[in-house]
Amino acid sequence: MPTPSAPATGPRQPLPRILGSRLFAALAFPHGVDRYLEAFNPLWSLHEVRATIAAVRHETADSVTLTLRPNRNWNGFEPGQFVQLSIEINGVRRTRCYSPANSVHAADGRIELTVKAHSWGLVSRHLREHARVGMVVGLSQAQGSFRLPQPRPERVLLIGGGSGITPVMSMLRTLVDEGHRGAITFLHYARHARDVAYRAELAAIAARHPQVRAIHVTTGPDGGGEAQGRFSRAQIEKLVPDYAEAETFLCGPPGLMAAVESVWVERGLAPRLHLERFTLDTPPATQAGVAGGELRFARSERCAPNDGRSLLEQAESAGLHPQHGCRMGICSTCTCRKTSGTVRNLLTGAESAEPDEDIRICVSVPVGTVTLDL
Amino acid sequence: MPHPLPHPGAERIEAFGRDMDAIRDRVLADLGERDARYIRRIVRIQRGLELGGRGLLFLGFFPPAWLAGVAALSASKILDNMEIGHNIMHGQYDWMNDPAYSSRRFDWDTACPSDQWRHSHNYLHHTYTNVQGVDRDIGYGVLRMSDEKRWHPYFLLNPLWAFLLAVFFQYGVALHDLEVERVLKGKKDKKDALRVLKGIWTKTRGQTLKDYVAFPLLAGPFAPFVFAGNLAANLARNLWAYTIIFCGHFPDGVRQFPKSVLENETRAQWYHRQLLGSANLTGGPLFHIMSGNLSHQIEHHLFPNLPAHRYADIAQEVRAACRRHGLPYNTGPLWRQFGTVVRRIFRLALPTRPQAALGAAAGA
Repeated sequence: MPTPSAPATGPRQPLPRILGSRLFAALAFPHGVDRYLEAFNPLWSLHEVRATIAAVRHETADSVTLTLRPNRNWNGFEPGQFVQLSIEINGVRRTRCYSPANSVHAADGRIELTVKAHSWGLVSRHLREHARVGMVVGLSQAQGSFRLPQPRPERVLLIGGGSGITPVMSMLRTLVDEGHRGAITFLHYARHARDVAYRAELAAIAARHPQVRAIHVTTGPDGGGEAQGRFSRAQIEKLVPDYAEAETFLCGPPGLMAAVESVWVERGLAPRLHLERFTLDTPPATQAGVAGGELRFARSERCAPNDGRSLLEQAESAGLHPQHGCRMGICSTCTCRKTSGTVRNLLTGAESAEPDEDIRICVSVPVGTVTLDL
Repeated sequence: MPHPLPHPGAERIEAFGRDMDAIRDRVLADLGERDARYIRRIVRIQRGLELGGRGLLFLGFFPPAWLAGVAALSASKILDNMEIGHNIMHGQYDWMNDPAYSSRRFDWDTACPSDQWRHSHNYLHHTYTNVQGVDRDIGYGVLRMSDEKRWHPYFLLNPLWAFLLAVFFQYGVALHDLEVERVLKGKKDKKDALRVLKGIWTKTRGQTLKDYVAFPLLAGPFAPFVFAGNLAANLARNLWAYTIIFCGHFPDGVRQFPKSVLENETRAQWYHRQLLGSANLTGGPLFHIMSGNLSHQIEHHLFPNLPAHRYADIAQEVRAACRRHGLPYNTGPLWRQFGTVVRRIFRLALPTRPQAALGAAAGA
């Protein structure tokens, strides 16, 4: 159920219809109308979603919370989905995925993103240090099948870890706005309680709504919170005894996800577990004998020895500039024709030796010699 | 097989090549916000000139407005084709990862389809620059621009063909990848030619509809002024682009090469060939921008993928390297360089023999 998008800055109602007409397409040939509009206002576009940063807050030391006002092309989102956000850093457009944390019923049609800045995170650090009110960013439409189903399940368990809090926060806020009557447990993992964005708000929601329970679990020394230690079957049975009855939504770092998944599988509850993987495992270390070979970039007539990293990274090291977006196998911007060779998908581990197949090079590692139409 | 160019010493050429690699690596490492801001600014100026020019032409019944409109629209088309389109399609801004500035997606305000241009220009012309029988930019298949091209009575009208090519330059460029004379001789597959022709037709139809149907009709009773204004702007762009581009490889002193240079050519020898096969134009900053920085033809041929607004700085280093290694550097004002081009067009209308220099070099 996408929410209706609230009118935002952009060309006014009848104007987009006229500008989108075939006449204007002919007048703006071959560039297209958007390429003229954006020269006057970066927010104006007939097709692309762009947004202005309307507010910037720092809830914890290492995060930034952005409120975005999207233009009229934004179709809204469902709780749990993510968007691709593009910003330019030193002239280069960078795209990353973030899940809105707000309720889909927010009347102003705004989007709230909480970005945790990692020391190695180019985009997250840039946003934390340089995001200012009035800046314009690029957005995709909301994507992803991780979302609250309709009709809403009665008993809901939301599990978030670290910055994986945002999609489940959106689910909680949405359910609360909808006056959900069933019990909701919000279980959140962090190293330390002070690292948890939304901590105060979670407490306030739990205080106002008796059917909502918020439990903070910390894994670092002296972390605080209601419970300590990493996720385990014993822990969940103690904290949420009726977890088997709940529809569970999970988003967090790979270790937490794997631990939760194994318990749910053990108990035969896998169909009731819905999850979003938002970080890639680090690529498996090159196994002896399978990497090797070389990469052949046919169109640019370049070759490089295969060092076992993703095709995108290796292509960039070879001096190419392949188009790409998310770098995590979601947006398909980097899709490229593999003419021969075997690649392993980093997301699934599956290997494919199919000739002439379109692959996403950001999540494909070559196994031996691979030729790309790049 | 030894490389058949006159040898200023193989080691000297390799040293020159290393200098060029160093320049390229240094500029590549320095690309960033400054370059992104530059190209966006030029695009904004071009869009402004285009909208302003087309707006003024709607008031074309008033002669000063018509003239100003033609001037603005001509400038817009020149910027779009040369400093923006030509350079973006070389991939000079691909590192920005912005689809609006991507070589694979960009298309320009001229009859030539962008994908065909990337083949005939980026690949053929830039790889095989000035190599006879391979680089089709030598004479564009219609002119006699080198002594080595066999004379035929058709070339008595060489100056007329050159003039017509200048006037209809955008269509000449559009038909470039079709390789008409190779199709006629049966050297090129007819099916292939048909596919190319279809692309040219689609693009040319869009361009014609815009400039000669849609905009004039929008002007209602003033349609003739808009039609004539668009025609004049396209003509001005054609003549200007032709003049600049012919000064790139045809002035006196620019070398052409036999096919044999391509055998075992090293990277440094390729740089050397680009240097000998190109000529620069002197002028101020505005002149360089309006020529798409093709006035720095030498630097463009050495580094076709570096943002062109950097060429002015790079040129100083290239010139210094040429001086250091005792290599020529061909540059001069527009009037002089173009004068020698015109003289060549006239001279080659009459039968001439292959030039001694080239023959000797080829046989050396």
